[in-house]
Amino acid sequence: MRDVWTVFWRDWVVLKRRLAKFILSRMVAPLLYLVAFGWGLGRSIQVGDGSYLDFLVPGILALNSMNISFNSLTPVHAERVYHRSLEEYLIAPISPSSFLWGKVLAAVLRGLISSGIILLLAYLFGAKVAVTLPMVLVLTLNCVIFAQLGFWAAMTINTYEEIAQVNVYFLLPMSFLCGTFFSVQTLPEAVRIFVEILPLTHTGILLRSLAAGGGIVYSSLAVLIGYGILGYLMGSRAFHKIRE
Amino acid sequence: MIRAESLTKKFYGDKKTADKTAVDAVSFRVKTGEVFGLLGPNGAGKTTVIRMLTLQTRATSGQIYYDGENIAVNPRLVKSLLGVVPQQVNFDMDLTVGENMELHGRLHHLSADTRKKRIDELLDFVELKDTVGQNVRRLSGGMKRRLLIARALIHRPRILFLDEPTVALDPQVRRRIWELIRRLAGGGTTIFLTTHYIEEAESLCQRVAVLNRGRLVALDTPKNLCQNLGAWTVEWNGVAGREYRFFPAKAQAADFAKELASEGSIELRPTNLEDAFIELTGRREGL
Repeated sequence: MRDVWTVFWRDWVVLKRRLAKFILSRMVAPLLYLVAFGWGLGRSIQVGDGSYLDFLVPGILALNSMNISFNSLTPVHAERVYHRSLEEYLIAPISPSSFLWGKVLAAVLRGLISSGIILLLAYLFGAKVAVTLPMVLVLTLNCVIFAQLGFWAAMTINTYEEIAQVNVYFLLPMSFLCGTFFSVQTLPEAVRIFVEILPLTHTGILLRSLAAGGGIVYSSLAVLIGYGILGYLMGSRAFHKIRE
Repeated sequence: MIRAESLTKKFYGDKKTADKTAVDAVSFRVKTGEVFGLLGPNGAGKTTVIRMLTLQTRATSGQIYYDGENIAVNPRLVKSLLGVVPQQVNFDMDLTVGENMELHGRLHHLSADTRKKRIDELLDFVELKDTVGQNVRRLSGGMKRRLLIARALIHRPRILFLDEPTVALDPQVRRRIWELIRRLAGGGTTIFLTTHYIEEAESLCQRVAVLNRGRLVALDTPKNLCQNLGAWTVEWNGVAGREYRFFPAKAQAADFAKELASEGSIELRPTNLEDAFIELTGRREGL
């Protein structure tokens, strides 16, 4: 645990120094989503018994925590390829998993801070979202999954352009297809089946259920845990491979 | 202290590039307290050897032992014995000088009090105490090199690896770093140094291994490497450019020089490590 904390400490020092800038920059995208889809488009839409804004907020939480936690770890790519500062960890007497978890936890912290900002803005916009411990845990799990994906990308991909491609081909389609802005039940069956394989869909399902005061959807939770394990295995393997 | 046996590293290519053997069955021993130099032209495989010895890269085959213990048995224990000064400056560019030192101390499990004490001591040792709160980006090239050495020493390693420690530095800074290395060696630290500056190896190293195209082509003291070639050298302007011939005794060299009286610019001098290096590697790359 001490080594995990050391790796986390480094990222905390950097985040602390830029906390104000980080918070301000993380307010922009959710603010735009809330204005455009919540106030603008959403005023004319009713979802079940609630408002579109109440439907939208859990989706934005899932989407935003995915983006923040993934992109928090892409700078590790520069540490590996350009600055070579990753070597400092390779020669240190710490385990590879300590490095992975230290980095992932730092990304989770960023993801949770930005989720807190969204919730604050959502309340200002009049959304009714119940924040509970299970909801925070689901958000954390979502951050872990995408931080691990970011870690894997940082360890395996050689250029910035290719990292941007992960964003374009993987995260961006999930942002729009996985039920952030509409229910996946409205999609054609073939697309819906594909979308239901993806992790963000299940984060959205879980968050919506919990935000509305419902229970845990265990099938979705199982899918997310499965992705968490897969992400850890991929990240560990990628870290081992850089010594080849 | 260090024993490398048949160390080999292959990099496997893809459809566009061929496989490459960067290090080919290299074996050597480094004694405790020794300053050991690994010499070779650019691309000879020196950095790859260091990366294998410091567990940054896995050897394709071969074994490495520290104090008789195979590194595969307890790699974390081995890492705690090693300090590494890399060829490329690899600081965390988001951190200050002090924070970079602090991170290294934490990664080597030093207590807060010990970290603070050693950071003060080492920054004083490399004359960078005033920079502790500065971002590392703001340091000059020479300051960064000195800081790399200070950082590598924070956990008091028994073996210090220096990969081209003075590359691209001006002569004054180079001499200053040599002085630092001498002080460390004087304090009992085993030094493993790679360089392609012959003068550096000659000045600092008790024994030198010469690597060429991934293979070890010689291993001896600088003096013996010169004497094996011939203690005296005659060089002159020949048909194919500057030519060299080596002799065991000065008298023989002087006689040969007389025979060349008609040739231009004849020089009779003791053989140096650069002569041995060029003869062993067969080229002047990296000099």
